[in-house]
Amino acid sequence: MDVEKKVAATPLLDELEKGDWPSFVTEIKKAAKTSKMAQGLLEQVEASYVEKTGHWKHGGIVGVKGYGGGVVGRYTDDPDRFPDAREFHTMRVNQVPGFFYTSEKLRALADIWDKYGSGLYNMHGSTGDIILLGTTTENLQPCFDALGEIDFDLGGSGGALRTLSCCCGEARCEKSCIDAMDMMYDLTMYYQNEMHRPAWPYKFKIKISGCPNDCAAASARSDMALIGTWRDAIQVNQEEVRKYVADGMNMVQVCRKCPTEALGWDEKNQTLSIKTEDCVRCMHCINVMPKALRIGKERGITVQIGGKAPVVKGAMIGWILVPFMKAEAPYTEIKDLVSRITEFWAEHGKNRERLGELVERLSLATFLEGVGLKPLPQMVSAPRANPYIFWKEEEVVKNG
Amino acid sequence: MARTDFGPPDYKTMLPPVIKRNYGKWLYHEVPQPGVLRHVSETGEELYSVRVASARLVSSEFIRDISDIAEKYCDGFLRFTTRNNVEFLVSDKAKLEPLLKELDEKDYLVGGVGLSISNIVHTQGWIHCKSAVTDASGLTKNIMDTMVDYFTGKKSVPSRCRIAVACCVNMCGACHCSDIAVVGIHRTIPRINHELASKICEIPNTIASCPTGAIRPNPKLKSVEINHEKCMMCGNCTVVCPAIKIMDPENDGVSIWVGGKVSNARSKPMFSRLAIPFIPNNPPFWPEVTDAVKHLVEVWASNARPGERMGEWIGRIGWERFFAIADLPFTDKHLDDFTHANTTFRSTTQFKY
Ligand code: SF4
Ligand code: SF4
Ligand code: SF4
Ligand code: SF4
Repeated sequence: MDVEKKVAATPLLDELEKGDWPSFVTEIKKAAKTSKMAQGLLEQVEASYVEKTGHWKHGGIVGVKGYGGGVVGRYTDDPDRFPDAREFHTMRVNQVPGFFYTSEKLRALADIWDKYGSGLYNMHGSTGDIILLGTTTENLQPCFDALGEIDFDLGGSGGALRTLSCCCGEARCEKSCIDAMDMMYDLTMYYQNEMHRPAWPYKFKIKISGCPNDCAAASARSDMALIGTWRDAIQVNQEEVRKYVADGMNMVQVCRKCPTEALGWDEKNQTLSIKTEDCVRCMHCINVMPKALRIGKERGITVQIGGKAPVVKGAMIGWILVPFMKAEAPYTEIKDLVSRITEFWAEHGKNRERLGELVERLSLATFLEGVGLKPLPQMVSAPRANPYIFWKEEEVVKNG
Repeated sequence: MARTDFGPPDYKTMLPPVIKRNYGKWLYHEVPQPGVLRHVSETGEELYSVRVASARLVSSEFIRDISDIAEKYCDGFLRFTTRNNVEFLVSDKAKLEPLLKELDEKDYLVGGVGLSISNIVHTQGWIHCKSAVTDASGLTKNIMDTMVDYFTGKKSVPSRCRIAVACCVNMCGACHCSDIAVVGIHRTIPRINHELASKICEIPNTIASCPTGAIRPNPKLKSVEINHEKCMMCGNCTVVCPAIKIMDPENDGVSIWVGGKVSNARSKPMFSRLAIPFIPNNPPFWPEVTDAVKHLVEVWASNARPGERMGEWIGRIGWERFFAIADLPFTDKHLDDFTHANTTFRSTTQFKY
């Protein structure tokens, strides 16, 4: 996009071009060299810094043909003052699983976004998408069409399946128990309709981490977290353990930090022992001795449900729903579980009620029955401590 | 007819050959120097990943610059991390030193690996969100300016420290499970322009938008009113009705939370808990916020045992000791009064002074 207009002075923002950390102000200014919209943004944000208040508002719903989401409409609240930020919509572009790119792909993306938008991005947004920041209503469709030519589709927004995300998994992590990137790609392709055409009470998030280190923060922010795990013994290479000791690692200390005392160090025989039945797969020993210890061989996922940020009923960290489940392509068992859960939620959930809140409202027992799962001690930190037990009719003798 | 429902680019076409060859075969990794990861495969092959800081909000010029660099040293292959850093994927070891040299010349900050403070996960702020109480990008820039030495490895920390910034209580990102979280908050309930509301407010929608049922109709004014006691200042209603405003520059500000984590490593995932209820918005530098974050990092770094995350350290010493050691006032604001509040009340005679 062409520009002639001079940007007004931005003394407050200019201060944030100093300092060592990369500056977002410098980035906006780079874009403002060729984009009027980026200039408009700069002026509006400077005003926010002066007045200590935001200047964005919702407006009419905007989008692209055939989709009910993927675009977030954004307008300045003061078009007279900030005419170049009049329309400043966001396009959520589904990122490549694991955030891997070729320079060729990124350049093609930049060429399109320079043509149709502000030339500004979030790499990446909180959900995982590439966020293209700032375009007009008019440019949405042509931009989407152009993105399609380089294989970039939109992600989810609104009451839909949101864009999935995952850690780099087996592509570059020795701890990954699953092919996280393939799983994300497969599920994303399978659920295109659910992503692009919102039909649910509220957002639904699925995030995937290759192991319990949970680098994708899946359990904290997804309604359904798929976390790689294993069920058999940790693989131990005693030779490498001894090398760590020789290099100064205090093995007694390492063992003391095992939360379940599953780890033992035999000083005399210089041997590490692991009581598999006591191991809770906390990753500690594997994290500190990556050369010596490896995840087990019987691999799959743990499914946690209900994770979310505080709005509305308080923050939740996902609860265990399925302790262990195989996770191999084409992930039929996972898809089946997703369908059972989303069907139950779509049927019983209130408007803007996240899955975790629904389960709390109806009870875990009701939910388990609804999705056809049996209660397990792995699902709780402790059983009930009150006597108000609910019995079903068929569980008691009829009297009268 | 435009294409629809084709999904993201196939990740297999985005991977360097060394990753394709060693997919699922990585044996271990180490950190030969700050900001550099060396992954070794069972085939004996290795991959060097060089991590650099990014502002997250970037321009096409930045995208082209990192593309140039990737083409020069990595056959065009690069990735981003979940914390918005850029990683150059080097398969030819001979190109590592020249890459680091160019990055240094171009003022890229290399770091954020292992025992360091990595990039801040943050939200849109005044840059792009209608709910923003503060500016996440500005806070992030200021906090990381003071944390640079922890990022580059010049200063070390006992364990990872995940910092997050969210510009409103919606807490986009995993703010509620971060070692240190900075969250924008309102302290006053929304104000209604009744005159305007009588003309434009879609009253049933506005009422329905309130998660706590705090809004009721005011038929006399053809408007709505808000019950002070029920309102939790979430701002949802302001999105639905333009006659309702919650922004209050004098009273809005920032709160700081500590001790959360998402990883299952060693200890369980934990929520971040309130440390400092309110700091005024003070752009462009937010000095009170940066000082507070710096203070919290320093207190933790000088007291925690090796390997202890912020929440693990606090868990060991107890919150009562934390407030004493960090020299923070404990107030009525720290007492939970929301759902599950009583799970935070102490019911043992065991405590410290
Ligand atoms: S979650 Fe586990 S598998 Fe994934 S990147 Fe982190 S440590 Fe590796
Ligand atoms: S993974 Fe954790 S629980 Fe299991 S043996 Fe290692 S330290 Fe102990
Ligand atoms: S935290 Fe709040 S203000 Fe910030 S991006 Fe999320 S919804 Fe918007
Ligand atoms: S700010 Fe939130 S809680 Fe308060 S009235 Fe509006 S919607 Fe209800």
